Amino acid sequence: MKVIVDFDACMSNAQCVLAAPDVFEVREDGMLYVLQEEPPESARARVENAARLCPTQAITIEK
Amino acid sequence: MRSVVIAGASLAGFSAAQALRKRGFDGTITVVGEEAHLPYQRPPLSKQFLCGEWDRSRLGLRIADGLKLEWLLDARAAALDPQRREVVLADGRRLPFDGLVVATGARARRPGWWVELGGVFTLRTVDDAQALRAHLASGGRKVVIVGAGFIGSEAAASLRSLGHDVTLVDIDPVPMHRVLGEDLGRACLRLHESHGVHPLFGAAVDAIVGSTSVEGVRLRDGRVIEADCVIVGVGAVPNVEWLRGSGLVLDDGVVCDSTCAALGAERVVAAGDVASWTHPHYGQLRIEHWENAIAQGDAAAATLLAAPGAGRPYAPVPFFWSDQYGCKLQLVGSPRRGDAMRVVEGAMDERRFVAVFERDSQLTGVFLFNSVHRVAAYRQTVAAAWAGLTAGAEA
Repeated sequence: MKVIVDFDACMSNAQCVLAAPDVFEVREDGMLYVLQEEPPESARARVENAARLCPTQAITIEK
Repeated sequence: MRSVVIAGASLAGFSAAQALRKRGFDGTITVVGEEAHLPYQRPPLSKQFLCGEWDRSRLGLRIADGLKLEWLLDARAAALDPQRREVVLADGRRLPFDGLVVATGARARRPGWWVELGGVFTLRTVDDAQALRAHLASGGRKVVIVGAGFIGSEAAASLRSLGHDVTLVDIDPVPMHRVLGEDLGRACLRLHESHGVHPLFGAAVDAIVGSTSVEGVRLRDGRVIEADCVIVGVGAVPNVEWLRGSGLVLDDGVVCDSTCAALGAERVVAAGDVASWTHPHYGQLRIEHWENAIAQGDAAAATLLAAPGAGRPYAPVPFFWSDQYGCKLQLVGSPRRGDAMRVVEGAMDERRFVAVFERDSQLTGVFLFNSVHRVAAYRQTVAAAWAGLTAGAEA
């Protein structure tokens, strides 16, 4: 599984952080960081939920 | 259960459809939508879309292949026949169902002085936003925004960035007064002022003035504010009229138990802006925000698929955000009017701070201003505060 973020669309609303804090983080600079670009399969449900919750639909999951 | 009808083709309805499939439901799912569009994102309407940064095609929600949903768009649910278990559409078609998800959302409230007049807009649907955008395209408009809640405040920020002249009118003393209270609302007021908005607070609107197109807004004290564009953002009304006489309990929305099961019918659930459910911690609640539409759609679908009475309570920590002038405003929890507020991180003047709301020294909510990096921690804090309360109550 590969996590791809469209950083032009990302508004740092942190919905993904709330859904999958082990994969996404917003830091003090207000920017989103992807902690694991290829998270383990065990994180799939959380990452899918993060993608669904993203209000700008900036997250896509490959495979 | 072989067939589910979802009344409402917006975020909550679509989320319920996704959740039904994810949970293995393989019967028919028919989604009825009053608008002619497939589900789309509303949050950008007052921001990226209004500013022209995003076009229409970017608003659509991603709809995975294989969901096998039957879409009936441009079709309004007009009645619910509880005996025959059918949704009756405005054109007379009848849709039988085993299970029903009510997700008909809310519409922009039109106050008593509302008139249909060129240049007067609400901002709720993509069609609303498209019409407003077209009206603004000639540039240099003199805009009056009535209502300084989230929509009005975001619209003010977007229109200032486009260079329009903006007057923000509200009967309350400060923006977002009902949600944030006086002190935080004043911080929001300063933000508008520093971006050149003309504030007009504590001012009641009496009428919209104009013959063929809008010419201004008349206040109750007789003043007329000149305008060639008026945006009315004074709240939303849940779309429940079609359910009158159906046996469902209606009171500022479809009244549900803690599991999102509608009172007054079997195998009927509700989600999103239209649902007023019993939150195990906050009591009766109706939330008009993005995350809730998705999460409550999930919860309602789970309840629909469970044995009657065996659904699980839906108990989210409410969360919403607003983007204004490049600033990020976020609220966690559900503070009520009169809760004590104090800043615990940063300072209001620095435009980077966190404030907590408390009642009887219990945490009820957290407001974050340009402090997104702290939101996850504070959401846990709010959830932990309830858990502490529950434990205390049981001890």
